[in-house]
Amino acid sequence: MSAEALARPENRPALKAIPVAGPREQAGDRLFRWSLLLFALSVVVLAGLVAWKLIAGSLMTWKAFGWRFLFSSAWDPVNDKFGALPFIYGTLVSSALALLLALPLGAGSAIFLAELAPRRVSDVCTFLIELLAAVPSVILGLIGIFALAPFLSAVEPWLTKRLGFLPLFQGAPYGVGMLAAGIILALMILPYITIVSREVLLGVPRPLKEGVLALGATRWEMVTRVSLPYSAPGIAGAVFLSLGRALGETMAVTMVIGNTPKISASLFQPGYTMAAVIANELAEAVSDLHLQSLIAIGLTLFGVTILVNAAARLMLLRLSKRHS
Amino acid sequence: MEVRGLRAGYGSNEVLKGVTARFLEKAVTAIIGPSGCGKSTLVRCLNRMHETAPGTTMSGQVVLYGRDVLSLDPVVLRRHVGMVFQRPNPFPNMSIFDNVASGLVLNGIAGGRSELEGRVEASLRQASLWDEVKDRLRRSALGLSGGQQQRLCIARALAVSPNVLLLDEPCSALDPIATARIEELVLELKKQLTIVIVTHNMQQAARVSDFTAFMLLGELVEFSATGTIFTKPSDKRTEDYVTGRFG
Ligand SMILES: Nc1ncnc2c1ncn2[C@@H]1O[C@H](COP(=O)(O)OP(=O)(O)OP(=O)(O)O)[C@@H](O)[C@H]1O
Ligand SMILES: [Mg+2]
Repeated sequence: MSAEALARPENRPALKAIPVAGPREQAGDRLFRWSLLLFALSVVVLAGLVAWKLIAGSLMTWKAFGWRFLFSSAWDPVNDKFGALPFIYGTLVSSALALLLALPLGAGSAIFLAELAPRRVSDVCTFLIELLAAVPSVILGLIGIFALAPFLSAVEPWLTKRLGFLPLFQGAPYGVGMLAAGIILALMILPYITIVSREVLLGVPRPLKEGVLALGATRWEMVTRVSLPYSAPGIAGAVFLSLGRALGETMAVTMVIGNTPKISASLFQPGYTMAAVIANELAEAVSDLHLQSLIAIGLTLFGVTILVNAAARLMLLRLSKRHS
Repeated sequence: MEVRGLRAGYGSNEVLKGVTARFLEKAVTAIIGPSGCGKSTLVRCLNRMHETAPGTTMSGQVVLYGRDVLSLDPVVLRRHVGMVFQRPNPFPNMSIFDNVASGLVLNGIAGGRSELEGRVEASLRQASLWDEVKDRLRRSALGLSGGQQQRLCIARALAVSPNVLLLDEPCSALDPIATARIEELVLELKKQLTIVIVTHNMQQAARVSDFTAFMLLGELVEFSATGTIFTKPSDKRTEDYVTGRFG
């Protein structure tokens, strides 16, 4: 049919004949919406179920110690005295340490890979970093025991000599301890932070980068003024995921942290984390209260993870509000 | 500013096939030609923006005040050769004020707070955007309409007071009133600087430019005084294009 023929009124479809929305499509849309809702709800239900199981399994502990369980440093299975504080402390400090080490390193490598390195070099490096992400944590733990700990016990006296006036760097150089755990955790989350940050930086629209370059910005100014602010939410997302991973990491940490439920200001001293104590003691828990206290620690870990994530998110929200 | 035997391309695709032209100081040169003929590429070679994209090639000479731009630091070059891109690209993480101030801050031009504010206001006024944004300078630049964003980018380029201004279809998103204001601005600015303006609008080229370059498939077909191009072009293809007989 020619264009003129199509344009003639008698050849156009009657308005009535154009369906507003096909019944089949409507049914399909509805099915799609409900099934997606179901998937989304299942995540919430699963989290609720976990929490409920943990609460039900630790009632005895909460009855025996109440809130004091969270603030007590006693961990004495023989005398049935339990408190979670050293484990909470160990978990938070080792994860914070890991983040402190991994974030600048990861963001720095990501900037190099995304903005400076030639594309081929960048791709090869990224592949290698992805391999690092695939190393099982027990292997990292082994590296921690056989390579990192001896190294640290050699370095720590030197640090004590220079920086010993800070409580952070005092005490006997065991090698295993909070610092070793932080470094191993940093190694573990470094690939995530690097790879996600690189991806986000590569996603910064070219016109924006060109815009700032055209104003006479150096590459470094381009990165700090445009690329990084633009990618900040994405990098923050990587940090949240990594933080969750570090808080819950069990195997590698157990192998290098020294497993001593003590709170010490020094990074050289051994500590303990929530995940590690559950893994170590669950199989040999003698009394019911001991077992329930371990589950209570599990519940605490669950709560701490949620709280830390919420706090980080809130901080980000504040930050982005201040920007706009 | 001058280009001699300029060839440029993307990978194996050569887009500019030996362009030679001279953009006179204190004059407006318009570049016209069908879509995809390499106008943007030519303009992007002038401030070495072209080479920042991966896989691009360039040979031949671009000369600014008698010096090959390849011998200059690109950062310094771009500070003196300002550019407004074909598509508006305001910085999304900055406020309207900071967008305009960004070039000044980068180059350490404005001394104090009040000088900075003065220059930002002046640039926004020049781009005839001031009245529309003066009450929301601290808001995000993304809240502006497309045409306002375009004028913001013009203000941003003006703020650093460049010696050469490259305008790649600066009015493509503007209404007739804003377009007329930008044209006035171009005529005003040419008293002090060199302007190269890419446009698809023949009337605009005729109104604002002193010289016009007609490009076709990566070649400079004709370059002469604007009056000549539009009244008695020497090339048949130019005549077809400016009279609208050409695709
Ligand atoms: N980033 C790029 N990568 C590969 N090819 C490109 C790129 N940018 C432009 N080209 C090609 O170069 C040629 C010229 O493009 P250019 O943008 O210079 O055209 P133009 O004359 O500005 O067109 P328009 O009037 O539509 O803006 C086009 O054929 C285009 O396909
Ligand atoms: Mg173009």
